[in-house]
Amino acid sequence: MSIFHSPFGWIQLVLFTGILLVLTKPMGVYLTRVLDPKGKTFLDPVLRPVEKLLYRIFGVNPESEQAWQGYTMSLLIFSLIGFVMTYGILRLQHLFPLNPQGLGPLSEHLAFNTAVSFTTNTNWQSYGGESTMSYLSQMVGLSFHNFASSAVGIAVVGALVRGIARHTAKTIGNFWVDIVRIHLYLLIPFCLVYAVFLTSQGVIQNFNPYVTARLVEPAAIETVKRDVPGEGIMERKVEEVSIPQGPVASQEAIKILGTNGGGFLNANSSHPFENPTPLSNFIQILSIFLIPAGLTYHLGRMVKDQGHGWTVLSTMFVLFLAAFLICWWAESAGNPRLHEIGIDPALGNMEGKEVRFGVFNSALYAVVTTVASCGAVNSMHDSFTPLGGMIPLMNIQLGEVIFGGVGAGLYGMLVFVVITVFIAGLMIGRTPEYLGKKIEAYDVKVSVLFLMVPVLTILGLTAWAAVSTWGTISLNNSGPHGMSEMLYAFSSGAGNNGSAFAGLNADTPWYNTLLACAMLLGRFFMIVPVLALAGNMVQKKRAAGGGVSFPVSGLMFASLLAGVILIVGALTFFPVLSLGPIVEHMLMLKSGSLF
Amino acid sequence: MTKYIREFRTALVATLVLAVLVCGVYPMLVFGLAQGLFPENANGSILINNGKVMGSSLIGQEFSGPQYFHPRPSAAGAGYDPLRSGGSNLGPLSKKLIGTIRQRAIHYRMENDLNPDVKIPADAVTASASGLDPHISPENALLQAPRVAKARGRSEEAVRMAIAAHTKGRDLGVFGEPRINIVMLNFDLDRSR
Repeated sequence: MSIFHSPFGWIQLVLFTGILLVLTKPMGVYLTRVLDPKGKTFLDPVLRPVEKLLYRIFGVNPESEQAWQGYTMSLLIFSLIGFVMTYGILRLQHLFPLNPQGLGPLSEHLAFNTAVSFTTNTNWQSYGGESTMSYLSQMVGLSFHNFASSAVGIAVVGALVRGIARHTAKTIGNFWVDIVRIHLYLLIPFCLVYAVFLTSQGVIQNFNPYVTARLVEPAAIETVKRDVPGEGIMERKVEEVSIPQGPVASQEAIKILGTNGGGFLNANSSHPFENPTPLSNFIQILSIFLIPAGLTYHLGRMVKDQGHGWTVLSTMFVLFLAAFLICWWAESAGNPRLHEIGIDPALGNMEGKEVRFGVFNSALYAVVTTVASCGAVNSMHDSFTPLGGMIPLMNIQLGEVIFGGVGAGLYGMLVFVVITVFIAGLMIGRTPEYLGKKIEAYDVKVSVLFLMVPVLTILGLTAWAAVSTWGTISLNNSGPHGMSEMLYAFSSGAGNNGSAFAGLNADTPWYNTLLACAMLLGRFFMIVPVLALAGNMVQKKRAAGGGVSFPVSGLMFASLLAGVILIVGALTFFPVLSLGPIVEHMLMLKSGSLF
Repeated sequence: MTKYIREFRTALVATLVLAVLVCGVYPMLVFGLAQGLFPENANGSILINNGKVMGSSLIGQEFSGPQYFHPRPSAAGAGYDPLRSGGSNLGPLSKKLIGTIRQRAIHYRMENDLNPDVKIPADAVTASASGLDPHISPENALLQAPRVAKARGRSEEAVRMAIAAHTKGRDLGVFGEPRINIVMLNFDLDRSR
C-alpha cells in the first residue's frame, strides 16, 4: 500500500517531529547546565553533595582543567579499565551470583567482542541475551558501559564545543568532572523516570528465575535428531515453555537514552518484554533523538550563535526525513514476489515486523536507530526490502552524523562542518574561517583522518570477508543479500551502531575478533582526532571584528553541509552498495530469480 | 610516571564507584518502584488459571487446533520458543522465504476454506521480528472466525463479538496499528465454553 494512503502514518510523523523540535531547546539549555561545572540544575539540592563527595573519593580537583592530551589520557584509561572489568565478568559469570539459570562463561572471543562492543557504545551482539548472559553480567558487565560510554561520548562533544567556543586558551575541561556531572544530573535521573514509565507499559523488572508455563495445546515440533546420525526428522511434543525474566526496564531505559542499543533479550526492542506497546515504542524513538537534538542547541548557545545550532539541526533533520520517506515507501510497497502468490499488499512487508508496530513504526525505528548510532531494533532489518534495508545501511555509512549517537553524532557533524568551511573557503579563494577562527592544515588533516578511518575499516574488512571462507560460511542469505549482510556487519561495527542484518552468524572467532577491531578503530581512532582538533581550536585567536567569517548559519550553509556529507558518503560507498541492495532491487523488479 | 599511576588510580576508583551507582543503586531503585507501582507488569504479565501458569499476556504461544485462532508463523527456535527470540532474517529474494510463505498460504486457504481469489493478510504468513508476537491483524482474525465458530459449535456472530471485544485500536487513538491479542482471545473463548 502506498504511503499516501496511510493518514495515521503521517499524523505520527508530524507528532514525532513536532515533539522533538519542541523539546530541543529545553534539552539544550539543560545540557549546557550539566556540561558547565558551575551550572545549576533543579537537582542540585539533592545531588550537589553527592557530586562533591565523588570528587573527593576520586581524588580529583574539580577546579583544575586538562589540556587535550590529559583529557584523552583520562578517557582512554577509564575505557580500558571498564573493558577489563566487563571481560572478567563475562568470562567468570558462572562463579558470580544473580545467575538463576546457571549460565556458563562466554568463550574468549565472544567475551572480547562483547566487552569491546559495550565499551565503544556499539552494543553489537554476537549472542542472544536470554540464553547467554546472567542477570549480573547484564546489570553490571553491560549496563555499566551503557552509562559510561554514553557519558564519554557526551563528554567528548562537550570538550570539542569548548574548544570551538573558547579562544587563546589551553584547556578543554576536566574529564572526570564531565563524567560525574553527566551521570548524576543527566543519565541516572532521566533513566529512573523513563524505566518506571516502561514498566507501566509492561516491561519487566525482577530477579526471578525464568517462568515455566504449561501450554494449552502441546505443540508438535519437528526436530532433527543430531546426536543419532541417520535418524532424520522426528516429532516431539513440547508441553512447557520457559519464559525469560530479569531486570530489563532499568537496562532498557539507558540502552535507548544513551543510544547504546544492546538488548537484554535477543530480539531487542521487537521483544514484547522490551517494547510492549506502540506508546512505549513512540517514546523510545523520541528518546533516541532527545540528547543528540539538544546538543545542537547547546552548540549554538556555547558559540553564541544560536543560528548555527539551528542550522546544524535543520541539516540533520532534512537528511533524516529524506532517508525515512524512502525507507517507509519501500517497506509499504512490500515484496512483489509475495503479492504474486496471493498475499495482500495492504500491510506492506511484514516479514520480520511486529503487528503492533506495523510498517510505519518499523521503518521509523530503523531509520532513527541508524542515523543516531543507537542500534536498537524493533524489526529485523535483514528482512527489509532491498531499498528499505539499504537506507539503514547508508545511514551508518554516512557517519551517523544525522543526529547521531549521544555526543558522537555532533562531534562527527562538527568534523563535517570544518571540512565544509574548508571547501567553501577554497571555492571563494579566502582563508577558511569557522566562527572567527582560521582553519589551518592541522585541522583539516585530523578531520580527514577522522573521515578515513571508517571508510578503510568498512571496505577493507568487507572485501576480506567476501573472498574468505570464514566470511561467507556465516551467511544466512546468498546472492547480493549475502553481500549486504557482511557489509552491514562491518559498517555497524566501525560505525559503533550495533544493529545488524542479524541472519549473519557472527559468533565465530573470525567475526568476533575482526568486528571488535572495527569497533575499536571506529571509536578511539575517531575520538583522538576529535580531541586533537579541540586542543588545536582552543588555542587559536579569534579574528577581530567578526563579519569576515564564512556564514555558518542559514540555507546556504545547510545545503553545503548536506552536500558534503552526501558526496563523501555516496562517492565512497556507492560502488559497494550497487553490489548489494541496488542489484537486489533490480532483480526483485525485473527478473524471476531467487537465491 | 607518577601522573599515570595517579590517573589509573582515579579511573579504577571512578569505575568502581560509578558501577555501584548505575549497576546497584539505580536498578534497585527501579526494581522497588516497579514492584511497588506495577507489580504485575514488572513480573512478566503472567497468566494464571487454576493455580497453573498458562503463559504471559505479552508473549505469543503456538495454537494449532481448529477451535483456536492461530498466531503468526514464528522463527523463534522451533516456533514460539521464548528462549530463542528472533526473526527468520531471510531476505526478500530468499528461495527459502518465498517457498515457505507459498506453503503457508496454501495451508491457510485450506484450513479456513478460502477461495483462491481471497487475498491473505500478510501477517498470517510472515514471521514476526521477535518470534513471540502475541498479536494478529483484525483482517486475519475475521478470516479465521468461521473455522473457529464451526469447531466450537458456536455462531459466527458470537465469535465475531469476541474478536471485537479483543480488538485494540491505536494507542491514544494514533500510535501503532489495530491488533488482536490471540493469547487473551483464545483463553477467553476457552473460559466461556
